[in-house]
Amino acid sequence: MRKSTDSDLVERVLAGERLALARLLTQVENDTPTGREALERLFPFTGRAHLVGITGAPGTGKSSLANRLAMAYRKLENREPPRVAVLAVDPTSPFSGGALLGDRLRMKDVSGDPGVFIRSMASRGAVGGLARTTAAMAQVLDAAGFEIVLIETVGAGQSEVEVARLAHTVIVVDAPGLGDDIQAIKAGILEIADILVVNKADLPGAENTLRNLRAMLDLAFPEERDDLWRPPLVRAVASTGEGVHEIIQAIQAHKDYLVKTGSWVKREEARLMGEFESLLQAALLARWREEVGEETYQNTLFQLTRRQISPWQAVRRLLEGDSMISE
Amino acid sequence: MEERKIRVLIAKPGLDGHDRGAKIIAQALRDAGMEVIYTGLRQSPEMIAEAALQEDVDVVGLSILSGAHLALVPRVIELLRANGQDHVRVFVGGIIPEEDVPVLKAAGVTEVYGPGTSTREVAEAIRQAVLGEEVH
Repeated sequence: MRKSTDSDLVERVLAGERLALARLLTQVENDTPTGREALERLFPFTGRAHLVGITGAPGTGKSSLANRLAMAYRKLENREPPRVAVLAVDPTSPFSGGALLGDRLRMKDVSGDPGVFIRSMASRGAVGGLARTTAAMAQVLDAAGFEIVLIETVGAGQSEVEVARLAHTVIVVDAPGLGDDIQAIKAGILEIADILVVNKADLPGAENTLRNLRAMLDLAFPEERDDLWRPPLVRAVASTGEGVHEIIQAIQAHKDYLVKTGSWVKREEARLMGEFESLLQAALLARWREEVGEETYQNTLFQLTRRQISPWQAVRRLLEGDSMISE
Repeated sequence: MEERKIRVLIAKPGLDGHDRGAKIIAQALRDAGMEVIYTGLRQSPEMIAEAALQEDVDVVGLSILSGAHLALVPRVIELLRANGQDHVRVFVGGIIPEEDVPVLKAAGVTEVYGPGTSTREVAEAIRQAVLGEEVH
């Protein structure tokens, strides 16, 4: 029953149909042939959205902030409000393969707005803070005409920096009271911040957190320079909306900076080349596996696991077509 | 292609503030390998249907303890259908008088569960309802 509508999913998505968008996102998330074909057809319509990553430790208020940002974008008065999509990633349980996706819990205020589309996704075993298909899903939302795509990572620690490769602008959210452990986080995740937000700034300890981050920024950016982006530090209270307009201004300022310095184009180019290379690798591997034949492949693996040949020998043998080892 | 993941929306329509049951079932379904979108308390039928659409779920689970099930549940189902989501299965859990169960099923509910139901039973029924129909 659902199959019959697959063929025109792309046209329906481009026409702005939400049900078609939701279904296509599922196809892309599951990396089905339908999803892959749709991505190919949607490619000419991509490259227009501003992808904004939101990352930070668990419990810093990323979802609440995404909710507030979407709300504020929709109420912008000096221009036509942009359409906003949110992709919220939560971790998949390594034991059951299931996931509890709770980010929507904090996004009730925008749930009735036809200019907002929220999609939760499970990380499905990927490390780095995003799922393997998050980038592709962002492309679908881009093609569907969402001008702002907010990408919320799983609660991140030190190495969940995948979002920096995908997003044009990365917001790192911090909160007071995370203690000295925050020092560890600083080294990894703060380096990818284009905008730093101290959320829950009405809580005790907020001034401390702000001071620490400011000191760190002063160290990293000792002098004023026009050609370098110094991440602005914004204090916010997502539950009341305090600071949200400053964040939106900072997002726009960062975009202006990227465009002015040519970094916007460079980031897009790097992302496209990365995508091309991983597609090429997968395609070459698949084609080569077909050529080499399953039996030869398995035989080589067998000799390798018996330690009769080394991994390097195994690769040479398969690539250079050496005759099989005589025992 | 990855194994087919069942996506479930767990929501609490109406005004009662008791979400323990909803949280327990959400966790149990996660442990059964499903992707569970938990939307929390005080959801209107409109919010639930819209979330079910955006998330492209297979199943909507409604937890109701307030007694308003005869008003809320058929409204959710009506909205799901209006959105073109006829395939979405609706399960209801909570305090539902026995005489209301046939009424809910006639309105399109797949199954109704009361207190004391094993979570394993619910997970299995959901798996059957979703994967069973895809075989043909």
